[in-house]
Amino acid sequence: MDVTSGKAPWHSHSLLGGVGVFIIGVVVCAALSPLIPEVINPYLFSIVMYAGINITLAVSLNLVNGLTGQFSMGHAGFMAVGAYTSAFLTTTMLNSPSLTSLLAGSGLPPIVSQGLVFAGALYMGGLVAAMLGFVVDMPSLRLKGDYLAIVTLGFGEIIRVLILNINAIGGARGMSAKPLTSFGWVYAVAFICTLTVKRLMASSHGRALLAVREDEIAAESMGVNTTRYKVTAFVIGAFFAGVAGGLYAHFLTFISPQAFDFNKSFEIIIMVVLGGMGSTTGAIVAAIFLTGLKELLRPLQEITKLDFRMVIYSLMLIFLMLNRPNGLFGTKELVDFWIFRRFKRDPLKLADLPVEGGGHVS
Amino acid sequence: MTEFTQHLINGLGQGAIYALIALGYTMVFGVLQLINFAHSDVYMIGAFIGYYSSKYLGLSQHPGVFSLLLALALAMGGCAVLGFCIERGAYRPLRKAPRINSLITAIGVSLFLEFGGQLLFGADPKYFPPLFEAGDPYVVGGVSINKLELLVFVISFFLMLGLRHIIFKTKAGRAMRAVSFSHDNAALMGIPVDRTISMTFMLGSALAGAAGILVGLTYPKIEPLMGVMWGLKAFVAAVVGGIGNVLGAVVGSLILGVAEAMVVGYGASTYRDALAFAILILILLFRPAGIFGKARTEKV
Repeated sequence: MDVTSGKAPWHSHSLLGGVGVFIIGVVVCAALSPLIPEVINPYLFSIVMYAGINITLAVSLNLVNGLTGQFSMGHAGFMAVGAYTSAFLTTTMLNSPSLTSLLAGSGLPPIVSQGLVFAGALYMGGLVAAMLGFVVDMPSLRLKGDYLAIVTLGFGEIIRVLILNINAIGGARGMSAKPLTSFGWVYAVAFICTLTVKRLMASSHGRALLAVREDEIAAESMGVNTTRYKVTAFVIGAFFAGVAGGLYAHFLTFISPQAFDFNKSFEIIIMVVLGGMGSTTGAIVAAIFLTGLKELLRPLQEITKLDFRMVIYSLMLIFLMLNRPNGLFGTKELVDFWIFRRFKRDPLKLADLPVEGGGHVS
Repeated sequence: MTEFTQHLINGLGQGAIYALIALGYTMVFGVLQLINFAHSDVYMIGAFIGYYSSKYLGLSQHPGVFSLLLALALAMGGCAVLGFCIERGAYRPLRKAPRINSLITAIGVSLFLEFGGQLLFGADPKYFPPLFEAGDPYVVGGVSINKLELLVFVISFFLMLGLRHIIFKTKAGRAMRAVSFSHDNAALMGIPVDRTISMTFMLGSALAGAAGILVGLTYPKIEPLMGVMWGLKAFVAAVVGGIGNVLGAVVGSLILGVAEAMVVGYGASTYRDALAFAILILILLFRPAGIFGKARTEKV
């Protein structure tokens, strides 16, 4: 590859590669949206939807746990914040007479106006989760290593207890949300999340995150502001967890604090670990696989009346760590495997750099 | 004032049990720099050993100090064996692996014990048999305390005294302290590092088993997930005191126990579970090394 000619790889600069991919992805998701529920049965449809939400969760957690080398155990907490914020917003906004009449008077078809409200609510849910992520990550960064795990775990619990105690959002009774989530929303968000992480990791910010993961002290001595980058990654992860929570709430149409407990966080962690911490495509594959596995185990659970799922997850976790700590993909992406290698555009390789005399660096 | 003293007494009782669990966390962290997530579930297993031994040995027919001590000994022994197996099977192969791998394994072991426990014991709560009659409370100046609460104090006190003796007065304890200082240097001095780490796990787990029995007596509803909350709070207590520091774990636990009793006593009981983590975040903000911990500077 000739790096000196100034021909940039398609994904960094050209308009089609930049905004284009984003728009195409979202449009494809939106176009498929009314189609998918027609062609598959409702049971399969719900699995597909959960898989999509889990993809967003796993990819966003992978940014924190896999690519930046922190260890967050409170993803369900951020999800809860996003779920409750957006559910509260859509309920109040779509029930308020003044706003509904305004939307009706604007001449927009109801699906567009509702969609606008939903998008705004999801975005707010993500923002509130991101703000909390900032608050949580700051104190724990003063310490190295495992403290973040405990603090995020504790944070998840605090969120749950707070929700239990706030009556305006239902407390322990839970809260209902409007059924607004469709196929398009779920997969557009999953797509945006994946693309954001991919773009981020291809940028200099991403390099800094990887440097922090590999060796914090070395990164710091090279002038990387480790605290800033760790917080950035954490906040982005929390944002997408919040958005995924909003999607979850408006798909299930009922949320309660129990849905966002400890086990939910663990489920997401297992997706990331199984996929290989640091591999975005690994996280996607693992999210789909584990969502399917959950359903495959359901008949077994109905026969035996016992819940094997978490036992299998936990054994899988131990087994993976003892025998294949890198998960399925390690830090590789799907395109790094030999079948796909020919489709891959090589990143900058040291060996390709022209050196004086026309030779190659050996 | 009487009310305050009453809450204080209740809190200290609670804190004493936290301390038994927190000691296990802090000791393991001392020698391995690992948060042993499975510790909270070892404590749960302790409670279940107590439950089943009193069921099958008929201990609940003869409540009294002897039955209690027998159940205590069984639970401590069983948990020590469990702790040994966990260390051998799950943590030792990862001694040289990155820390995050050990952490994930610890989470895996913890989940396995919790949900394996649900399969084995059933998910519904069990009623822990009264191995010891609480009797009429003694009332001193308006503050009441019953025999059971006194006994919990006494047992925890003697267990901690015994631990202190082992750590500071015996050769094995000296080995543990050496290993927590540096694995390599300890090995050079002829200390069997692996055996010492195993012993640390066994000691910590035995204390957790004892805590399981004491909790079972005080709050007689036991279930496979009971360890999660207690374990997390005990860990918080260990961090508050300064993780790796034995005295710190005890002091941190007593502080946490009293703080919780005050919150419950003065009418915010629904926030009780959040309090521990609020304390944790405050401590991490203002004194990250804990009360007794020394801030270590990182050398490159």
